[in-house]
Amino acid sequence: MPFIPHTNEERIEMLAAIGVTSLDELFAEIPPELRCEGLSLPVGLSEQQALAHMTTLAGQNATDLTLFLGGGFYDHYVPAAVEAIISRSEFYTAYTPYQPEISQGTLQAIYEYQSAMCRLTDMEVANASMYDGGTAMYEAVMMSLRITGRNRVIVDEGVSPIYRKMLRSYTTNLGIDLAETPTEAGLADRGKIVAELNDDTAAVVVANPNFFGCLDDLTGLADAAHARGALLIVSTYPIALGLIKTPGAMGADIVTGEGQSLGLPLSFGGPYLGFMTTRAKYVRKMPGRICGRTIDANGREGFVLTLQAREQHIRREKATSNICTNQSLCALTSLVYLSLLGKQGLVDLAQLCADKAHYAYQRLTAIPGVSMRFPSRWFFNEFVLELPAPARTVINRLLDRHIAAGFPLARYYSGMDKCLLLAVTEQRTKEDIDRLAAALEASL
Amino acid sequence: MRLSFDKSSPGRRAIRPQASDIDKPVVINPSLLRRRPAELAELSELDVVRHFTALSKLNFGVDTGFYPLGSCTMKYNPKACERAAALPGFARLHPLLPQLPGGPNLVRGALAVLHEVDLLLREICGMAEFTLQPLAGAHGELTGAMIMAAYHADRGNAKTTILIPDSAHGTNPASAAIAGFTVKSIPSDADGLMDVDALAEAIDADVAGLMLTCPNTLGLFNPRVKDICRMIHDVDGLVYYDGANLNALLGRCRPGDLGFDIVHVNLHKTFATPHGGGGPGAGPVGVVRRLVDFLPISVVRMRQDGSYALDYDRPKSIGYVAPFYGNFGVIVRAYVYMLMLGRDGLRRVADHAVLNANYIRARLKDHYDLPHKQRCMHECVFSASRQLVRGVSAMDIAKGIIDRGMHPPTVYFPLTVKEAMMIEPTETESKQALDEFIDAMIALAELAESNPKAFAAMPTTTPVTRLDEVRAARKPDLASLAPTSPTS
Repeated sequence: MPFIPHTNEERIEMLAAIGVTSLDELFAEIPPELRCEGLSLPVGLSEQQALAHMTTLAGQNATDLTLFLGGGFYDHYVPAAVEAIISRSEFYTAYTPYQPEISQGTLQAIYEYQSAMCRLTDMEVANASMYDGGTAMYEAVMMSLRITGRNRVIVDEGVSPIYRKMLRSYTTNLGIDLAETPTEAGLADRGKIVAELNDDTAAVVVANPNFFGCLDDLTGLADAAHARGALLIVSTYPIALGLIKTPGAMGADIVTGEGQSLGLPLSFGGPYLGFMTTRAKYVRKMPGRICGRTIDANGREGFVLTLQAREQHIRREKATSNICTNQSLCALTSLVYLSLLGKQGLVDLAQLCADKAHYAYQRLTAIPGVSMRFPSRWFFNEFVLELPAPARTVINRLLDRHIAAGFPLARYYSGMDKCLLLAVTEQRTKEDIDRLAAALEASL
Repeated sequence: MRLSFDKSSPGRRAIRPQASDIDKPVVINPSLLRRRPAELAELSELDVVRHFTALSKLNFGVDTGFYPLGSCTMKYNPKACERAAALPGFARLHPLLPQLPGGPNLVRGALAVLHEVDLLLREICGMAEFTLQPLAGAHGELTGAMIMAAYHADRGNAKTTILIPDSAHGTNPASAAIAGFTVKSIPSDADGLMDVDALAEAIDADVAGLMLTCPNTLGLFNPRVKDICRMIHDVDGLVYYDGANLNALLGRCRPGDLGFDIVHVNLHKTFATPHGGGGPGAGPVGVVRRLVDFLPISVVRMRQDGSYALDYDRPKSIGYVAPFYGNFGVIVRAYVYMLMLGRDGLRRVADHAVLNANYIRARLKDHYDLPHKQRCMHECVFSASRQLVRGVSAMDIAKGIIDRGMHPPTVYFPLTVKEAMMIEPTETESKQALDEFIDAMIALAELAESNPKAFAAMPTTTPVTRLDEVRAARKPDLASLAPTSPTS
């Protein structure tokens, strides 16, 4: 029997100790008419058979594509040491550190992760992580309502359309006044946002880089929001923070984002990592687990889960969130990744991504009929091209050459049929980019 | 242990990004750039590997030893599942590929996994269809509560209340509340089950639904569950099955056959995916036929010709709860587990989970108080109230178990039992492992009689002993900020 160690003799001995004669008797509490007489499922496979089947299925996915596809989820290189460390089963077979004396590994890792995220975003406190960038953004919005006691939220359309859809779903029944403002020339429209700000506005939600890859200095927007007593929530891309101005330096109140780029595989959508950092004064309104440093009865330094009076297992329906755990292993992954890159490594990596993306931008916009969609030429590693043909058609043609050229923005934005969102990471070589340029030119 | 940041040496490097093959570095407008690099650790690769190896040794996992943490189903996580999830054909797959023209054909194998897991869970739970998107158990609860809201809105029902027994996990009331419902708590009866008379009194036209864990958090199966479902259905309410304890019922009984309308399953519990030190998990949600239209976007569909498509056109759907298709890497692991166990293996899981729990219950019942007299399912709850008379609390017993090389049970939950110790051994533990735990528990009960003061110093075998949680909360030290940080 797979993974069940009992011998027949032991089973008989155990049943006798309980005072029953069969396993069936243990289920006597279930009325007979509610019992299941056997599932209609195939018999079990051996490990070898099961893995052969999985290898076949994995082989039916297109893994030979050269990816210029981003949209918030990026194909970065994962160093071997990351996999080696997170494969240690002391980490991955543990659970939430309820017993801190035997969980100092997980707890210290979370504390270091919180520290790294604060340093990266220039904020003061972080939680132990959330499910993904989208749920982190939704949680930040809920947090802003708690902090301000207000009910209106303004979301810039430069925020990931997927995250905006998630936010709408989660808030459908909550009577929240959710306003979306269109972008202007690829950037958050200051004028429109300020016009939407009122005394009931809890937060303005923006992204930097935004979904189009454009970079912005949001300091003025933070000031405008603060002037009306609203918070600024910024969703960001952590690799970009190796180079770009931090949300903290711009005056953001809550920072969230998707941590997948920090050493996590794309893995068809998850597991990922939602991060959240904020100002110290808001920590008691923050959702999620938080780890803190303290001392033990002998004065030795150690780590515990703390500020738990916010959480569901204590506060039940009055909790700041229903979230039960964090994404511990994913948070650990990102911490190991950042530790391996180090202070200069992250800068170099971000510069490398930006260099390659700008090379791609120059090569591709040199093709007749291909231009930059937005006049602002400041982007990090992702940008929007205006093509002379529908983006879907072009993407389709390039897929035949095993190139995933990017994302067709028409899927989420009207009037952008010919717009292609294209990302470049350090995984793409100059030759890849030249090949893309040649293929794109040939396909038009 | 020293923080990684405190082991830094300026200028030291581990992984270097590859040399650039681009001649001209881009210069971005300085007003858009950060003023100085983030103060990340500066370590060698060996420094990093040693630091985290040392941290891992301070941890206790299922692979370290017996981990009977009640309600968490800390069963063995088969290594084959890890290998499958790491296959490049899965791990390197971009989630936006299916949204490209012809996209579903680029991810055929991945969609097949999602479709197959949906079919397996339908059969195991007796439901019409599953969404695999919820990213954790609590996230499944929230999805379920949103489905309840969408169902009632569609029917024109103005319902506001969700009923939840007082023995439930805290996530139940929290999930119902953030979905916009008012929560009404139903007390337990003398047998530890939800008080059906109190339930009858609480039911009125406002009731949108009931959230029930079955067996409940005391490990008890409520024989009146079908009647309870009927009572809720009589006011057009929906009954939600919290799948935290599904391990007890695999192949023995199906939530759908009991009358439940919405089910969440914790893949990280019942289906053996690793708990990861607190995540990632996965919490797929299944529904009965009349609720299928409300499931989140998107849904995997198999066409006549055996190919797959993703359906985004779902006007009644609650919308998006996750960016894509769920925690795919976790779903792959659970799929491999289900494939290996098959029909008979799954039923044996429940049989032996229940056997192990009842064995512990039988062997410890003379040493600790049992708040309820009926036989348990997959977990048993004791009270340390007898020991508390001698000054030894459930937490003290837990620390004593740590010193004996095991993970303690869940303590102080459920809230309905004083000094609760909730023990869930799971089916993957042998009689020898159980006996060792039982002997330790008996020795601790004896120590509580002979020398109760001995507990104060426990644990003594760990790198730190009891931590000052009050200090942690009063003077929060939540991050080591860089000295140069503009915010420090």
